[in-house]
Amino acid sequence: MRSIGNILLYMSLLLVCVGVTGGAQERRGSTPAADPRVGLKAGLRDAGEAAKNMERVATLPKPEGFFDPKAPGGTPTPPERDPNLPPPDPNEPPDPRFANMLGFANSDLAFSGTHLFMGNFHGFNTYDVEIARKPRLLASAVCPGGQGDVSVHGNLLFMSVEQTRGRIDCGTQGIQDKVSAERFRGIRIFDISDLSRPRQIAAIQTCRGSHTHTLVPDPKDPGNLYVYGSGTSLVRSAEELAGCSGLKPGEDPNTALFSVDVIKVPLAAPQNAKIVNRPRIFADPTTGAINGLWSGGEHGPGTQKTPETNQCHDITVFPQVGLAAGACSGNGILLDISDPEHPVRLDQATDKNFAYWHSATFNNDGTKVIFTDEWGGGTRPRCRATDPPTWGADAIFDIVDRKLQFRGYYKMPAAQTEQENCVAHNGSLIPVPGRDIMAQGWYQGGVSVFDFTDSAHAIEIAFFDRGPIDAKTLITGGYWSAYWYNGNIYGSEIARGIDVFRLTPSEYLSQNEIDAATQVRTDELNVQEQGRVAWPATAVVARAYLDQLTRGKAIEPERARAVRTAVDRADDARSSRGKSQAAIDQLDGLAAQLDRDAAAAVGRDAARLRSLAATLKGVAAKLH
Amino acid sequence: MRVVALLPALVSFAACRTAGVTAVEARPPIVQPGAPGEPTRVIGAEQAIDLSQVQYIGADIKFMQGMIGHHTQAIEMTDLLRTHSGSDVMKKLALRIELSQVDEIKMMQRWLADRGQQVPTGREHHTHGVALMPGMLTPDDMARLEAAKGVEFDRLFLEYMIRHHEGALTMVKDLFASPGAAQESEVFAFASDVEADQTAEIDRMGAMLNTLMKEHQR
Repeated sequence: MRSIGNILLYMSLLLVCVGVTGGAQERRGSTPAADPRVGLKAGLRDAGEAAKNMERVATLPKPEGFFDPKAPGGTPTPPERDPNLPPPDPNEPPDPRFANMLGFANSDLAFSGTHLFMGNFHGFNTYDVEIARKPRLLASAVCPGGQGDVSVHGNLLFMSVEQTRGRIDCGTQGIQDKVSAERFRGIRIFDISDLSRPRQIAAIQTCRGSHTHTLVPDPKDPGNLYVYGSGTSLVRSAEELAGCSGLKPGEDPNTALFSVDVIKVPLAAPQNAKIVNRPRIFADPTTGAINGLWSGGEHGPGTQKTPETNQCHDITVFPQVGLAAGACSGNGILLDISDPEHPVRLDQATDKNFAYWHSATFNNDGTKVIFTDEWGGGTRPRCRATDPPTWGADAIFDIVDRKLQFRGYYKMPAAQTEQENCVAHNGSLIPVPGRDIMAQGWYQGGVSVFDFTDSAHAIEIAFFDRGPIDAKTLITGGYWSAYWYNGNIYGSEIARGIDVFRLTPSEYLSQNEIDAATQVRTDELNVQEQGRVAWPATAVVARAYLDQLTRGKAIEPERARAVRTAVDRADDARSSRGKSQAAIDQLDGLAAQLDRDAAAAVGRDAARLRSLAATLKGVAAKLH
Repeated sequence: MRVVALLPALVSFAACRTAGVTAVEARPPIVQPGAPGEPTRVIGAEQAIDLSQVQYIGADIKFMQGMIGHHTQAIEMTDLLRTHSGSDVMKKLALRIELSQVDEIKMMQRWLADRGQQVPTGREHHTHGVALMPGMLTPDDMARLEAAKGVEFDRLFLEYMIRHHEGALTMVKDLFASPGAAQESEVFAFASDVEADQTAEIDRMGAMLNTLMKEHQR
């Protein structure tokens, strides 16, 4: 979430949109009225629900200590005020019903083993999700400051703090003074070796606070962990934190604008973590000017207004391929992070339809990257029937020779109401072999699962949505994040708590494909820190590829039948623990044939045929 | 780690209330870490949700109320532009300012209404004797702007609007300087955005003014 202001809707564009919307609806393949997500009943706990090809298996409301019992979902519909009464005195104590409504918002998620960590503007909660259908609260830590995005690394938990109410001592009382040594804005590190009693061991102060952060392991330096801190808020004064300046580059070359914070965490002594660099990743390579990227403004008639690139909102790293994708306000950028302390910009993109470059997700090969546009800052309704399908959407790029090449957009296709804040937000890959699939949160637009294997033609394959929290007024809520973790999708619902989903098979996704994704196990997941998944050579993975080839009519039915029989036979041979030379020979023979088929095929089909052949060889090898 | 029966939080809260006893063992304790090096302690639910000192205060309300009038005057200025300027670039600028301010006015009005506060229409500054917010045009300034045409109008508009936006930055600065203000999450986020957006707009208008002056000299 960015926040509330910073929204521009040109009337002229609204007119343009009318023309665009028709086409977009056609593209959606069905009449919008038929979408079950349209017209759902409102409610905090009893809203109408619609789902397709996925089901909600558990919901756990926010725990005590993380909501106001007088307004559990946020601000209710305001009561009518008697116009004859004198206006209230601004200095009266506030009505607690309308208190600090984002103060208890749930934010981002991280996972470790069987534990889920849910960030909150007010602290974080730890859940046991060993049984996904029965998430269990293990611990609650109060430590306010927003947004409270969390990441985990072994026994360390990292948290972003940006607000001026943040305190070093995790106090809830805020900071009343303009300048205070007690104020904390930056990145906290907790020791969570005792999960129920997290201890704060470090608090790294930064000039702009930390809106989000990203853990960056250095494959060459296992003793240290790096953290990229992205601050998007006001720069504090040098009186409060020495060296901080919010001046323009021309006025102060050492301005805290136009940089990200690189923090080095010695894993043997994490309490000594400190900022080691503030790289000028937006610099113009020719002139050296640190404000070398998008200078703010619109991109021509009928386009979005995009703010100046003086910050990153979020950075996603892929250490195995040495790349990072930065969603940096006015640009999407690609960074070389082979030296994590000194990231180097490789390329940048602008987009006339983007209001705010918000977050990034690579595909598993590191050959594509999806950037999200948080038009409206996350608190506004931006998925109405009148909102363009290319605004507040995902933009999908191919990475070719370490450059970004735009291919297409994806936007959750069901029209939402005025009472539902909705725009592209955080998501993660679902590790189905042979395909690029992502689960994504769209705030009150729900969860949308889509395939972007063809980066120019992304399609939705599953969804879940609820009606608005309130029928009459917009209460900020919905999915901050929706992430796949070890077989389930977990949703961080800002107002309603935690939701757990499972995928169900459909024409778009087979049970074998779901099972193959579920076979991939991760012992730690920070979504902004991507790793490459390698699928095991198993019968399930082979069947997943086979289903894809069959769906795409890219394999002869005869060959498909033979492969299926051979894989089943291999399963039997394994379960009977008997060696089966015949089964091995059959698999190897089919693998050789598939490799020949692959040589005659092109593109994705060829790749899937090769992957299937390799999987069959692997299955055969296990029978030896 | 204790194994405890997990009740939905709402239910357990209701149970505590009706039973009038201390919290049932329905959930693990809430803890509050200390500063680095300090111990973590257990706190009660009531203490955990005590945001009484980070609520909106009078300064926040006055900021929102004042900013509505401030934004409204920006729209009044852009209204003039339609008939007084001949420049497409200026008209685009005006549209951008107008739409962002309209959107933000709505947000501020909702914020105030939700909190049962007086919601200004924004036109209060036309009433004689009402104090102007920083950077706002006096009736004389406004009359001068209204009397100008063409390039002279454009120049005056940019000068006034830069001053006007700088006034908004002053209001943000004053807000953050008021003890206890901008502690509430929504106010913090909004003030933060006003600062970012108007700073950027001032830069753009400054550049436009420079160009205008150069062209005019030629």
